[in-house]
Amino acid sequence: MKFKLKIWRQKNAKTKGQFETYNIENVSPDTSFLEMLDILNDKLIKEGKAPVSFDHDCREGICGMCSLYINGRAHGPDDEVTTCQLHMRKFKDGDTITVEPWRSAAFPVIKDLVVDRYAFDKILQAGGFISVNTGGVPDGNTIPVSKENADESMDAAACIGCGACVATCKNGSAMLFVAARVSSLAKLPQGKIEGAKRAKAMVAKMDELGFGGCTNTQACEAECPKAISISHIARLNREFLCAKIQE
Amino acid sequence: MSDIKLQSKTPDGPLSEKWTRHKAAIKVVSPANKRKLEIIIIGTGLGGASAAASLGELGYNVKIFCISDSPRRAHSIAAQGGINAAKNYQNDNDSVYRLFYDTIKGGDYRSREANVYRLAEVSRNIIDQCVAQGVPFARDYGGMLDNRSFGGAQVSRTFYARGQTGQQLLLGAYAALNRQIAKGSVKSYTRHEMLDLVMIDGKAKGIIARNLVTGEIERHGAHAVVIASGGYGNVFFLSTNAMNSNCSAAMQCYRRGAYFANPCFAQIHPTCIPVHGDQQSKLTLMSESLRNDGRIWVPKKIEDVEKLRKKEIKPSQIPEEERDYYLERRYPAFGNLVPRDVASRAAKERCDAGYGVNETGLAVFLDFSSAIQRLGEKVISERYGNLFQMYEKITDVNPYKEPMTIYPAIHYTMGGIWVDYNLMTTIPGLYAIGEANFSDHGGNRLGASALMQGLADGYFVLPYTIGDYLASQIQVPKTDTNHEAFVEAEKQVREKIDRIFNIKGKQPVDALHKKLGQIMWNYVGMARNEDGLKKALELIKELRKEFWSDVYVPGENSEFNQELEKAVRLADFIETGNLMALDALNRRESCGGHFREEMQTEDGETRRDDENFMYVSAWEYKGKEHDPELHKEPLVYETVHLSTRNYKD
Repeated sequence: MKFKLKIWRQKNAKTKGQFETYNIENVSPDTSFLEMLDILNDKLIKEGKAPVSFDHDCREGICGMCSLYINGRAHGPDDEVTTCQLHMRKFKDGDTITVEPWRSAAFPVIKDLVVDRYAFDKILQAGGFISVNTGGVPDGNTIPVSKENADESMDAAACIGCGACVATCKNGSAMLFVAARVSSLAKLPQGKIEGAKRAKAMVAKMDELGFGGCTNTQACEAECPKAISISHIARLNREFLCAKIQE
Repeated sequence: MSDIKLQSKTPDGPLSEKWTRHKAAIKVVSPANKRKLEIIIIGTGLGGASAAASLGELGYNVKIFCISDSPRRAHSIAAQGGINAAKNYQNDNDSVYRLFYDTIKGGDYRSREANVYRLAEVSRNIIDQCVAQGVPFARDYGGMLDNRSFGGAQVSRTFYARGQTGQQLLLGAYAALNRQIAKGSVKSYTRHEMLDLVMIDGKAKGIIARNLVTGEIERHGAHAVVIASGGYGNVFFLSTNAMNSNCSAAMQCYRRGAYFANPCFAQIHPTCIPVHGDQQSKLTLMSESLRNDGRIWVPKKIEDVEKLRKKEIKPSQIPEEERDYYLERRYPAFGNLVPRDVASRAAKERCDAGYGVNETGLAVFLDFSSAIQRLGEKVISERYGNLFQMYEKITDVNPYKEPMTIYPAIHYTMGGIWVDYNLMTTIPGLYAIGEANFSDHGGNRLGASALMQGLADGYFVLPYTIGDYLASQIQVPKTDTNHEAFVEAEKQVREKIDRIFNIKGKQPVDALHKKLGQIMWNYVGMARNEDGLKKALELIKELRKEFWSDVYVPGENSEFNQELEKAVRLADFIETGNLMALDALNRRESCGGHFREEMQTEDGETRRDDENFMYVSAWEYKGKEHDPELHKEPLVYETVHLSTRNYKD
């Protein structure tokens, strides 16, 4: 297969970026999108040009490192996949493909397609944990957890922290990301105790870091590679409300 | 033959009391003194994150370094199937002893008894800890923790969170870590890579690190350094490891004097998606848990194989009686749940005999049709849904309808930095935990035991044992990073980077890395022999020259430069490959994942040589111009009776 690629190039956070166009040929349909970029980089390096920087690591859809806004969609045109799991068979031969970094005030560009997502770490540091030290905890079966609650907690915990929700949201809101963590812990007896406090602290941190507010457009759910449901946002709102009432 | 530096420090007493006695005997550091001590941890996977969180909670000042944008990206996250623990919740006669025994036997009697017993002992605490942190383990309808079976065991002791157990355990450790970062006891350095270990007066005192965003070279001092940077599977280029997983931190320690143990022990995982072509960048693992319900087979008749390759028939059209379920045939007692090394070699045997089922001839089937018939599609989907989805996305084949095709791939490395019972390396003040060390898995690791070991080391072993060393450091002031040793180490790092840029050759880093991978897979892969290993050593020598004269790294140091990162790592992969081949050549026995063709039984099983090779090989760096020196730590079995591994009956 062959493609025309329009790729965002930006030297660093301080300079302005622009699109550059590249042509690429002899790509197997079984090649993944990132492998296609590997092939492009191999070509660019051999021509003495600067390769395209992009984040990636596990290449099996779980580490959350890869990003990329492809033809106007986070992680590209396929549903419920990360960019590393997207294969070129999902495109038509000869397609023009536009590749951009995540666009959000809270995720500044580091270089080309690489952005800084440290803001997500900061939100979790604000309260995305259960306050328990190593050691001195009860046996794992002491507190039964209904299968339903354990499953729902797991549904929310499937978030890989990639940032597609933020990149997709017209407000640049991190509500789905925050909700997934809050909801996952709130569904378990161990996490319930700090539920309200956690919700309040994480939402406050999210606002402080420049993420936008949620206006329920549901775009985040549609683009989430792990299909995290916006019903978790409802649970976050409930926890948040509880915290406000307690005040 | 034992060596003054290779004292395992295994405590005396009966096996089941060693750890308890040891904990009572080692020193502790008072809270007031902990505040004065600094610890550097390299890597934030299960080992690094759990250690950093636990040490932070204890009151030490911890600095963590990871190469990714967040600690949560570490490759522990990709572990799918589960984590072992001797809880005996299923009442199937599991026990600490049985987990210990399975692990020693699975490792083909090449690991230390005392370390493995301790691992089995603390395995139970790990589950409790993770539950308390909010890890959403699978539960049964009564609300109790659920278990599944894994290879190399006849009991059900594997705890899991769908097919994302590694991710959930890491999120637990990462959350505990985040709590400490918020409290200020842990300082996080993301997108930072360690480039050298700094030693003062023979002790580990800090590191040189590169800020991967700005290219700045930084000095960081501490009272102790912990390496938790994972394994060296990416020596093979194609592996199930993440693209950025590398062994540079370990090799820097090796060059500074830490012995490197059992480098030839690498694990080849039997159930990976087969290679599709030369544009491929990595191999994807299909969890071992699939072998609970999947049956592995190839056709009995070579005509069927040919028809499959020509796509004239679908696998589902081959009738039951024409299928060779070769694991069930060869190993009736364990069937599809034999250990990984056994399953991998059996797949290679069938493919070498011409029964490989895809165009490349390097694939076998993993079939769920009997399980779907027995349990229904819904149950299978609940158990493995995300794995089936992942498989379909990659291959465009629906595994509910047609069997998966799988083939072995490099997955994990049992070898690593040599450590004693305290997890300290041969360098005082330098520790290695998790996959980065060599200690617990011998010649072959059992499934669901890597997560167990990483968390055991980080939560329950290192926080105790590091105190024994740090108790002697309480009077030692903060490390001065203006010390000559730091100046010299930084200079060397800068020179190395300049040297790499100045080569200005023609080949991109990946092209050279693929060449290394080919050499390793062909000669130091699933089957090894003397001629091949000697050839590998020759080829690696040539490749080293090629790298240092023809690599091309664009750009400059003072920027985000992924090609530079890869080049620095590849230089170390080449040295690791060399070490693996040397060790494989020396170990003239077949054992676990290390299969020497000269040493096999009549039916193709491994032939161990306990008389001559019942030792840990520990390699000491002797400079660029010389081969490393081999030291031997004899393995002593006080409790376990050595036998030939038997998974047949």
